[in-house]
Amino acid sequence: MVVGIELERVWLAFTTMTHDWTHLRELESESIYILRETVAQFRNPVLLYSVGKDSSVLVHLARKAFYPGPLPFPLLHVDTGYKFKEMLEFRDRFTKQIGARLIVHRNEDSIAAGAHPLKLGVARCCGQLKTAALLHALDKYQFDAAIGGARREEERSRAKERVFSLRDAFGQWDPRRQRPELWSLYSGAIHEGETIRVFPLSNWTERDIWQYIVQENIPVVPLYYAQERLVVRRNGTLIPADDSMHLKDGEVPEKVWVRYRTLGCVPCTGAVESRATTLEEIAEETGVAKISERSTRIIDHGANTMEDKKREGYF
Amino acid sequence: MSSNVLRFTTAGNVDDGKSTLIGRLLVETQGAFEDQIEGAKRENERRGGKGIDFSLLTDGLRAEREQGITIDVAYRYFATPKRKFIIADAPGHEQYTRNLVTSASTSDLAVILIDARNGVVTQSRRHAFIAHLLGIRHFIVAINKMDLVDYRRERYEEIRNDFMNFIDRLGGAAIYCVPISALEGDLVTERSARMAWYTGPKLLELLESIEVDDQQHKLHFRFPVQLVSRPPASAEFPDFRGYMGRVASGSIRVGDHVVVLPSRARTTITGIVTQDGPLQEAFARQAVTLTLADDLDVGRGDMISCEPQPPQVRTEFEATLCWMSERKLHLNHRYVLRHTTKTVRAIINEIDYRLNVNTLERESPVTEFQTNDIGQVRIKTLQPVVCDPYSVNRQTGGFIIIDENDDTVAAGTITL
Repeated sequence: MVVGIELERVWLAFTTMTHDWTHLRELESESIYILRETVAQFRNPVLLYSVGKDSSVLVHLARKAFYPGPLPFPLLHVDTGYKFKEMLEFRDRFTKQIGARLIVHRNEDSIAAGAHPLKLGVARCCGQLKTAALLHALDKYQFDAAIGGARREEERSRAKERVFSLRDAFGQWDPRRQRPELWSLYSGAIHEGETIRVFPLSNWTERDIWQYIVQENIPVVPLYYAQERLVVRRNGTLIPADDSMHLKDGEVPEKVWVRYRTLGCVPCTGAVESRATTLEEIAEETGVAKISERSTRIIDHGANTMEDKKREGYF
Repeated sequence: MSSNVLRFTTAGNVDDGKSTLIGRLLVETQGAFEDQIEGAKRENERRGGKGIDFSLLTDGLRAEREQGITIDVAYRYFATPKRKFIIADAPGHEQYTRNLVTSASTSDLAVILIDARNGVVTQSRRHAFIAHLLGIRHFIVAINKMDLVDYRRERYEEIRNDFMNFIDRLGGAAIYCVPISALEGDLVTERSARMAWYTGPKLLELLESIEVDDQQHKLHFRFPVQLVSRPPASAEFPDFRGYMGRVASGSIRVGDHVVVLPSRARTTITGIVTQDGPLQEAFARQAVTLTLADDLDVGRGDMISCEPQPPQVRTEFEATLCWMSERKLHLNHRYVLRHTTKTVRAIINEIDYRLNVNTLERESPVTEFQTNDIGQVRIKTLQPVVCDPYSVNRQTGGFIIIDENDDTVAAGTITL
């Protein structure tokens, strides 16, 4: 009798799993586990909310992880002052709607001094408005863990990144001190002053992200949808041209059907030509995309690599 | 463990074409993008090469070339309409043991690459042995560089038989062999006219079709508690108390009798809560929140288990340990041991033997372990550990050791 019931149950488990347990459920479950480990192991975690699609997925997963409770950490947006206005509108509306605690942090000194990529160069501008601002915010609020939406697939130097990535007291990443990660045992053991960056989306690809956004109907910034926008062509990249301060002399804006695959600062985020106006169309386009999404981010170009930035404390 | 995601590890010698194989898999399944391929091309040309060197696609950090990251397992992703694949790619150089142990711990299948010119060498055996030790029971033996042995069937069969003879000694493993040329593209994602004598599945077909997901679901129910959920009172949840976690193995239904360990308190499951609605049943790998019939003292590190066949509660056990740190193991030194969601103080009080991973012989007496040593040890913990033997349950049988510098210095599998 008992054996019969057990067998039936195994069979049931099996058929249910094979029908419903998609790769997205597997990824979702792993990410929820990681988010819960973060809250269990750290005194004062924060979720780095960049307003982009990966952040949106991350917040969605965090709400699932702690349901029926509220989010057990605030959201931190490092605002460079050059973010798209659509991002800021979306940020304020969305965080209010879900009742999240939002902290906006800006490097006011550098912004007041007129930091701009055309003036400082992309690397130094990022260093001041993003990296320095982030490290300052972590220190100001004494956060010991910062949850981010980075994925290993995004960029070559991220392929070996840990899920719990150790940063020293200066916020820097030292490849020699990264811990082995086995099974699902993530160690949050740190010394005073050290912090951990947590990457719950490590195993997701851009395609997984869009498929999941479609499946869960997750709201994203309208900039991800294609429409006719004013852009200029610069070194093979389509740069938004709504504001002439971001243009070089002689550049002439044109109207093109484009959308954004990643969202950063206006002067440094390239658009891609697209007619995808629905989530399904975006997911489909991503499924057959031939160029990696980070190619539209000026920050990854040039001699100063993502690896250098990470070492300095960049996300 | 699900059939829609396959996590596998790749191991091989430095020159047996592993990077080329992975690069080709990524390119031919569109797991690599054109700009990344262009980058690899440019880099190859700068080095004086021509065309695309697939291996450059997987060449990682500058730091790894300059000074070496401690554990340099790289994770790579590709998908076909049938499955999503996560590769834990362990490098072939001298630090292989700790890297391979790390990559194998999250994998359900290992691809062992063998250079057709050299046949089964010590390293091939070592890779298979370590993967097997970490519980991998599915192996694809890819006999590579068939182009350099004129695609000869006899050579392939000779190597295959050689490997089978060896792996039989390990026991309980399913082995699939395929002859390939990663460089020329034979039998990776495309069939090969040059090896028409081979009628079996090509490498990608094997990866797409091998079933590895039965294990964790068939085991007894285990649920390590991550956190207690006590949200502020709301209309829907006036007095909610739940236990968050991910089902490590087996399944659970509302109404099931369970036992909480180590306290051994018995109770009943009253609810399986998720934001997507309540469930009647939850399965291995699902992240859920459980509610219990009784108000018990349950917290992080406790294990909720099915009533019959509960796990063991131990403060002393034997384990196979892989030492990963540059600092050597000290007997009777105070370490921290992390197992499921539990963290306890522990000492390693005896080394039974060290395994020679080349000869598979046991060496004793031994009084210390150095980097990359593997062997059998005895461990004592200050608080009880709720566990199963690793050979039965990979989720509740594995642990890590952390030292006073907060470094993860070892990984172990409980043998009891």
